[in-house]
Amino acid sequence: MESIGVLMTCPMSAYLEQELDKRFKLFRFWQFPQRAQFLKENCGSIRAVVGNATVGADAELIDALPKLEIVSSFSVGLDKVDLAKCKEKGVRVTNTPDVLTDDVADLAIGLCLAVLRRICECDRYVRSGKWKKGDYKLTSKFSGKTVGIIGLGRIGTAIAKRAEAFNCPVCYYSRREKPDCQYKYYPSVTELASNCNILVVACPLTEETRHIINREVIDALGPKGVLINIGRGPHVDEPQLVSALLEGRLGGAGLDVFEKEPEVPEELFGLENVVLLPHVGSGTVETRQEMADLVIGNLEAHFLSKPLLTPVV
Amino acid sequence: MSDNSTCSSPMEELHPIFLHHLPSSFSVLLKTRLQAHFHVLDPCDSAEPVSSFLASHAHSVRALVCAVLTPLTAETLELFPSLHLLVGTSSGLDHVDLDYCRRRGITVTNASVAFAEDVADHAVTLLIDVLRRISAADRFVRSGSWPVKGDYPLGSKLRGRRVGIVGLGTIGFQTAKRLASLGCLISYTSRSKKPSASFAYYPDVLELASNSDALIVCCPLTQETYHIINEEVMRALGKRGVVVNVGRGPLIDEARMVELLVQGNLGGAGLDVFEHEPKVPKELFGLDNVVLSPHCAVITPESFQAVQDLTVNNLIAFFANKPLVSVVQFQ
Repeated sequence: MESIGVLMTCPMSAYLEQELDKRFKLFRFWQFPQRAQFLKENCGSIRAVVGNATVGADAELIDALPKLEIVSSFSVGLDKVDLAKCKEKGVRVTNTPDVLTDDVADLAIGLCLAVLRRICECDRYVRSGKWKKGDYKLTSKFSGKTVGIIGLGRIGTAIAKRAEAFNCPVCYYSRREKPDCQYKYYPSVTELASNCNILVVACPLTEETRHIINREVIDALGPKGVLINIGRGPHVDEPQLVSALLEGRLGGAGLDVFEKEPEVPEELFGLENVVLLPHVGSGTVETRQEMADLVIGNLEAHFLSKPLLTPVV
Repeated sequence: MSDNSTCSSPMEELHPIFLHHLPSSFSVLLKTRLQAHFHVLDPCDSAEPVSSFLASHAHSVRALVCAVLTPLTAETLELFPSLHLLVGTSSGLDHVDLDYCRRRGITVTNASVAFAEDVADHAVTLLIDVLRRISAADRFVRSGSWPVKGDYPLGSKLRGRRVGIVGLGTIGFQTAKRLASLGCLISYTSRSKKPSASFAYYPDVLELASNSDALIVCCPLTQETYHIINEEVMRALGKRGVVVNVGRGPLIDEARMVELLVQGNLGGAGLDVFEHEPKVPKELFGLDNVVLSPHCAVITPESFQAVQDLTVNNLIAFFANKPLVSVVQFQ
């Protein structure tokens, strides 16, 4: 398989690069500043693209690779892959579900706790020596607060189960109500926001869910409400979120994703009721390795004409 | 002024309780609550010196509330010949001479039942933060480093991690329940095995540490548990091991822990308490694998409300000869 060209769209995992290098002819897209030139010269040998949440495979790239057979994404979210185009051209698409569910759900709960209990601020308070002058102020209890989840898929369900261990009542919004579900359903995100203390975004990013957290939802969540985003930056109308936080119309936010990563609105840097993370939802050594193994597994299966492990298209 | 609208009896018919405290915003609120139900004897109310106040009032007192962490010695307790109940408003009662209480047959209650959820939540917060590097990553983003330095170093997965609970009391149990939901594998050590707990039991801390990736310290501080987390235990936990302390600072040999962390012989620490609060070893300030909080695990309005409720309810139950909650079990 060493002659099969695989294009990796951006740096995502040294381990994955190393494993792809061993098996295929790996092209690191970011090492070629003259992209059009590079694609013209090499499109004859590139049969696979490995992308991630930052850089995927858009229509332009797919069109530039006439020999493309498969896009294997190093992520579970596929908002950066033009799925319609892939379907049209018969290009297979795989992602990395399940292996990252636990880590993302753990981070969602970690963000809930970190925001409510102000752990980052507390840590800063100790490190700066302020504790010697007086105790830190009251923070909010997490256990028992109502958690509202947008999207009750694998990740949403995993978050719900964890919240239950903290005696948190759970409610949710989904495109359709789930039969036999023990959690309370709300038919709109605004209604969900009005009826929970902490709102967690855990749905895929599609045209329908872009800016699903808008001004109306933020207002419904309110000055004591907390927003947790472990989905995609564009789920949230970021300028609206920033002004709501600055004006005190929203109680707090735990954000792992932003509209234009790695740029984060600087106005948030001075706020004590936010926690800001650099898209680390699946960011553990163990999970990134499992994700990489799944990418490799899917590519190998494809080129050996075996069934794909985690196909989406 | 006390609210006597719930009771039509004159003040003298309310049961007297003694409030032992150094006034704080918390104890002042608590006192107001108590005054609605009891005749509160508070030496801070009187111009008399404490010794003469005690001489006048202590002899008939059957119940005493020790608020926040005000030390309560055998010498003081000896002045209360009729004392049967001591109500503490914290989980840890290392500031009270419990041995004296045991010898006298004084029932002691603490705040564990009221505080357990918040302490458990805080212990979990510290562990997730250390393993997933939440505070360190937040610093990274706020410093503007993300666009410059690129991706943040990877953390460690929680599912499958072996977590040893040191002390499976009310707090330890609530912590275990939460960590189990994250897929952690729970085991514990305690003075005695808990038949109702399904977690694996180890008879001593060293064996627990040898079989764990992280320890959560949430046992009471006594003579026996002083420095229970010593160098041997921390080395047994290993280079990737994590210690979380939501008990009392002196449960850990702090100087050794700092050395091990700085040398890279201990993987990380999440600490809410320290040996000489509010002094914190400054060697910790430069480490990204530690998370430090200023003894604030129960500083929430919910816990404050819960401990006030618990205090009042236990006192009411005591005077009505009904069962008490959150009773401290002596060895």
